[in-house]
Amino acid sequence: MVVNKFMIYYLVGDLYLRYMLQKMPITNIKPLLYLPIQKSQVVRYSLGKTVVSFFNWAHAFFFVPFAVVLLLEGYSPVGVIGWHLGIMALFFCNNFINVLVNNKDNVFYGLLGLFFILGICQYYDLFNITVYTAPFFNFLFELPWMAFLTWGLLIALATSAFTYFKRHMYLDAGLAGKKSVAKTEDYIWLNRFGNLGTFLKNDIKLIRRNKRSKTSVIMSFFFIFYGLLFFTGGIDAYEGPVWKIFAGIFISGGFLFSFGQFVPSWDSSYYPLMMSQNIRYREYLSSKWYLIIIATLTSTILASFYIYFGWDAYLAVVVGGIYNIGVNSYLVLWGGAYIKTPIDLSSNKKAFGDKQAFNSKTLLLTLPKLILPLGIYALGHYLISPTAGYIFVGMAGVVGFGFKNKVFTMIEAIYKKEKYKTIAAYKQKV
Amino acid sequence: MITVQNLTKKYGESIVLNIENLEIPKGQSFGLVGNNGAGKTTFFSLLLDLIQPSTGQIINNGVQVDTSELWKPFTSAFIDETFLIGYLTPEEYFYFIGELRGRNKADVDKLLEGFEDFFHDEILGQKKYLRDLSKGNQKKVGIVASFIGGPEVIILDEPFANLDPTTQIRLKGIIKDVTASKEVTVLVSSHDLIHVTEVCERIVVLNKGELVKDIQTSTETLKELEVFFGG
Repeated sequence: MVVNKFMIYYLVGDLYLRYMLQKMPITNIKPLLYLPIQKSQVVRYSLGKTVVSFFNWAHAFFFVPFAVVLLLEGYSPVGVIGWHLGIMALFFCNNFINVLVNNKDNVFYGLLGLFFILGICQYYDLFNITVYTAPFFNFLFELPWMAFLTWGLLIALATSAFTYFKRHMYLDAGLAGKKSVAKTEDYIWLNRFGNLGTFLKNDIKLIRRNKRSKTSVIMSFFFIFYGLLFFTGGIDAYEGPVWKIFAGIFISGGFLFSFGQFVPSWDSSYYPLMMSQNIRYREYLSSKWYLIIIATLTSTILASFYIYFGWDAYLAVVVGGIYNIGVNSYLVLWGGAYIKTPIDLSSNKKAFGDKQAFNSKTLLLTLPKLILPLGIYALGHYLISPTAGYIFVGMAGVVGFGFKNKVFTMIEAIYKKEKYKTIAAYKQKV
Repeated sequence: MITVQNLTKKYGESIVLNIENLEIPKGQSFGLVGNNGAGKTTFFSLLLDLIQPSTGQIINNGVQVDTSELWKPFTSAFIDETFLIGYLTPEEYFYFIGELRGRNKADVDKLLEGFEDFFHDEILGQKKYLRDLSKGNQKKVGIVASFIGGPEVIILDEPFANLDPTTQIRLKGIIKDVTASKEVTVLVSSHDLIHVTEVCERIVVLNKGELVKDIQTSTETLKELEVFFGG
């Protein structure tokens, strides 16, 4: 079975996602420490909480339908059940491995690097790890009692996580927050940009030193590959010519959507400082804007591998990039004035969107970001020619770019108007 | 320097601050005392235009703070941890504030030299981000940052809280030094009556948003305040 072959990568990928995103149970233990509750109970409770986490049951979305298909195809029910029980145990194993290796970056990245290399080796037919791992997963199916082995492993891991935590349940041991060694950095090369450079420096540090913003930027990198769904013809529904622009907007605008969307919330924890310091709103906004522009250009250049799918494909990316720079960059900043959700930089909670962030005003602003360029393209494509469609979208971007000063004055006024409400909203703890 | 007229702040029906008239001359060291909820932080937030007054206005050196931003270049403040940027090291934070206030690295370094005693080797060169410093050390950073760039008005909310005794005494000396020249106006709020009476030449008592006492500090002031708060 193909699934068995790639199961090892699936498991490692799962571990990776967990490591990056799953919240550790230790964060809320402190208040429980001095209450009359047994320590083992506290540990059991917090580990138990990880078991019911989204990261565990989400896999059911894949495996339950998969099981049904297998049964319909006439695979032996006992085998299918055994296989699933075994795999399920492995995912829960991941859960506890993640708890155990949490914050041990070098171990983790070592493992990740190993599998990355293995993946490349497999791609170039040098060495194929799946040859060795697939039989194990096959055994789960052929000899269903093998599932007990994985469950045994799970129990072993769970117990060791339990004892590990119980032993380290002191404020200065397991419960101590991770303290990184800080290095003062200057980025002198940014000084030439004057006040703008001051903010850019800060934004770079913001991105590099906080978990939440780092995740956003990593996510924006993966947006670049989003177009593969469209240009490889992998999904029939995306075949229409208009969808190419849609892909182009996303490929070049990953950063714009994942980071830009949340300006100024990134600065929420010290917004009163920004508002009372010797800062002009315009400079503050410009620095964020330039950051978005630089990231959009970088994405567009990185995406040049789409030329492989034809110049037409890459043209869509470039045109999408121009539109992002000329129109969408303003729209995200504008929308940001209405998103008054403070961001807790140190945690990844809600990294995938937040209910409050989607109020009616921001939703309204999403329309021109995504739908409008599709409309503009369709206009050119169907009335004149595909090339005209590209030119139209590009023109919209260029025109928008030309109005930069006007638009900034307008956005500045909106930020000023919303200032008091924003400060008050950021005061509410996340 | 600072003129307050008919200033009120209401949240719904409740009035949290109501100051009819208050004049703070240039170079004064001004102390604000009052119990929790008296309106001290509200007043400071209004001074910094972080909240909007319900009525009235504050004029800082001829600039009405809620209509113009021109008070920013000569006013600095440390209110609470929202004035710190957690992911910066203390040095980076000082340089950042310095750059915003038109001071280069050398200027800032020179200023910091004068605070070596105050820092007590716990701030500079510690390889720690501000978010990992203790509350007291964070406060030291915030207070010193408010001296960067030669401000004419310095607003410090509860600067003595969370500081260790040695640092409290040093801070008193620093505030006295700053105001000695009669060029810089310093506004300080505190729960510690001894500290404010020592540092400030004028003390204003707020109670439930109302200005109830306005005293030129003398040897009897501490007694007077103790009677007021004790009674």
